[in-house]
Amino acid sequence: MDNIVLQVKDLNVYYGNKRVVRNLNIEIFKNYITAVMGPSGCGKTTFIRTLNRMHEFTPNTKVEGSIILNGQVLDKMDPILVRRRIGMVFQKPNPFPTMNIHDNVIAGYILNGIRIKKSALNAIVEDCLTKAGLWEEVKDDLYKKGTFLSGGQQQRLCIARALAMKPDILLLDEPTSALDPVATAHIEELIVELKKDVTILLVTHNIAQAGRVSDYVTFMYLGELIEYGTAEQMFTAPKNEKTNKFLTGAIG
Amino acid sequence: MMNNVDTDKHFKLRKLKNKVFKYFLYFLSGLSIIPLILIILHIIKNGISAVNIKFFTSMPKPVGESGGGILNAIVGTLMLVTIASVMAIPVGISTGIYLNEHRKNRLSYYIQLSAEVLQSIPSIVIGIVAWIWIVLPMGHFSALSGGIALGIMMLPTIIKSTEETLKLIPHSLKEASLALGVPYYKTILKVLLPASLSGIVTGILIGIARIAGETAPLLFTAFGNPFLNFSITKPVASLPLLIFNYATSPYDDWHKIAWGASLVLITFIFTLNIFTRLFTKKYKVKF
Repeated sequence: MDNIVLQVKDLNVYYGNKRVVRNLNIEIFKNYITAVMGPSGCGKTTFIRTLNRMHEFTPNTKVEGSIILNGQVLDKMDPILVRRRIGMVFQKPNPFPTMNIHDNVIAGYILNGIRIKKSALNAIVEDCLTKAGLWEEVKDDLYKKGTFLSGGQQQRLCIARALAMKPDILLLDEPTSALDPVATAHIEELIVELKKDVTILLVTHNIAQAGRVSDYVTFMYLGELIEYGTAEQMFTAPKNEKTNKFLTGAIG
Repeated sequence: MMNNVDTDKHFKLRKLKNKVFKYFLYFLSGLSIIPLILIILHIIKNGISAVNIKFFTSMPKPVGESGGGILNAIVGTLMLVTIASVMAIPVGISTGIYLNEHRKNRLSYYIQLSAEVLQSIPSIVIGIVAWIWIVLPMGHFSALSGGIALGIMMLPTIIKSTEETLKLIPHSLKEASLALGVPYYKTILKVLLPASLSGIVTGILIGIARIAGETAPLLFTAFGNPFLNFSITKPVASLPLLIFNYATSPYDDWHKIAWGASLVLITFIFTLNIFTRLFTKKYKVKF
């Protein structure tokens, strides 16, 4: 199975004494979109934050189990390297307010002090903004501050910024929860486009969104992975009673 | 119908009360700026005749000779402010960062408490402490000891302003940087600090404005010096010290110079304040 990018085995995550992710096992397939859905507080965000080791910045967090990225044990890798291989986009758009649009896209290079040729950088900017569906809208304003863009544009800028690091996996943590329906639709189209280049893990509490964009769907409830399958199977014939209840609105 | 008349009357009374209250507020807020205006007018009236180019470029003259300037005091004040800044800015900003990064631990609590207490310690006490720490071991007064005393006074302002500005930065911004694989120290230096630059610089300028006019801590440290001095190990003049010495002297010429020096000092502080406002406006970061 060489199309497995990420393998999670017996993952347990604790905040202090509270176990928020329980015995989670999952395999993520390359160049597919996997949606992680579930009601608020079910541990979805916690789960994906352990994947790029962002949980290390939350005090009193403990993680057990193993995560394997392309055959490498995540815990043994340098966390900084992990985060460059696994990009992340957050709930609220968060472009760097001191940087213009151009610099925001290549912020990962600027902030890390990675030196490459200016022409190469400009190519990355154009390429990533195009992939993020933002190039046409901002190509004349590249040197304006990113914070002047609309919310949806800012979020696409953040996606371009994550893509610029050429990650293997992109973690999207409810990327449209702060956006209006039009901007949301735009981002969803974009996500589907992006799977050619990158494996996507999409956290959402929006069932319809998971249905519109994902190939695989996982359902989490109270820290446990209840069910994992193809989107078609999950939405048409869920095997688990709880999944069915969530999809029909009885829980969550 | 009865009712209507009643309400009308009621409305009139309410409107009148509103008006009275409004003008009362105007009056009192106007009252609060009157002292400032009077002080400034008074200083300008008395000081303007002493100020000319020579006033800035020449040294004080002996008693009885007219003219003379305050070059030594201007140089001294600049030296003292520089020494204080060099000392207080790195320490203050670092402390502010620490407090923001570790909001709940015990050390932060004690640092915060100390900064608050330090802010309320009378400046003369800080002067005495600097005298014991530095002047006594060195055996003589010096610009260095004065600068350090002023630096200690500047510290709480810078710590507070750094911490307060960093607090306003959304957590998501820090996460954005960390998620790009940027190391923690670079995230702080290259993302958080630039985003809070306007607040930090404001704190520094306010700190400088605060210490530029301090006299008490300099009495036993910088001491004052009638000659031009550029060495930090020697006593040095300063504007507030010069004003203090000249104003309490019995000579009319010296009084005039003290007024002139007051005008220079107040203009310096005033300019700093205006500059601070402009800077804050221009570099305010929108999130």
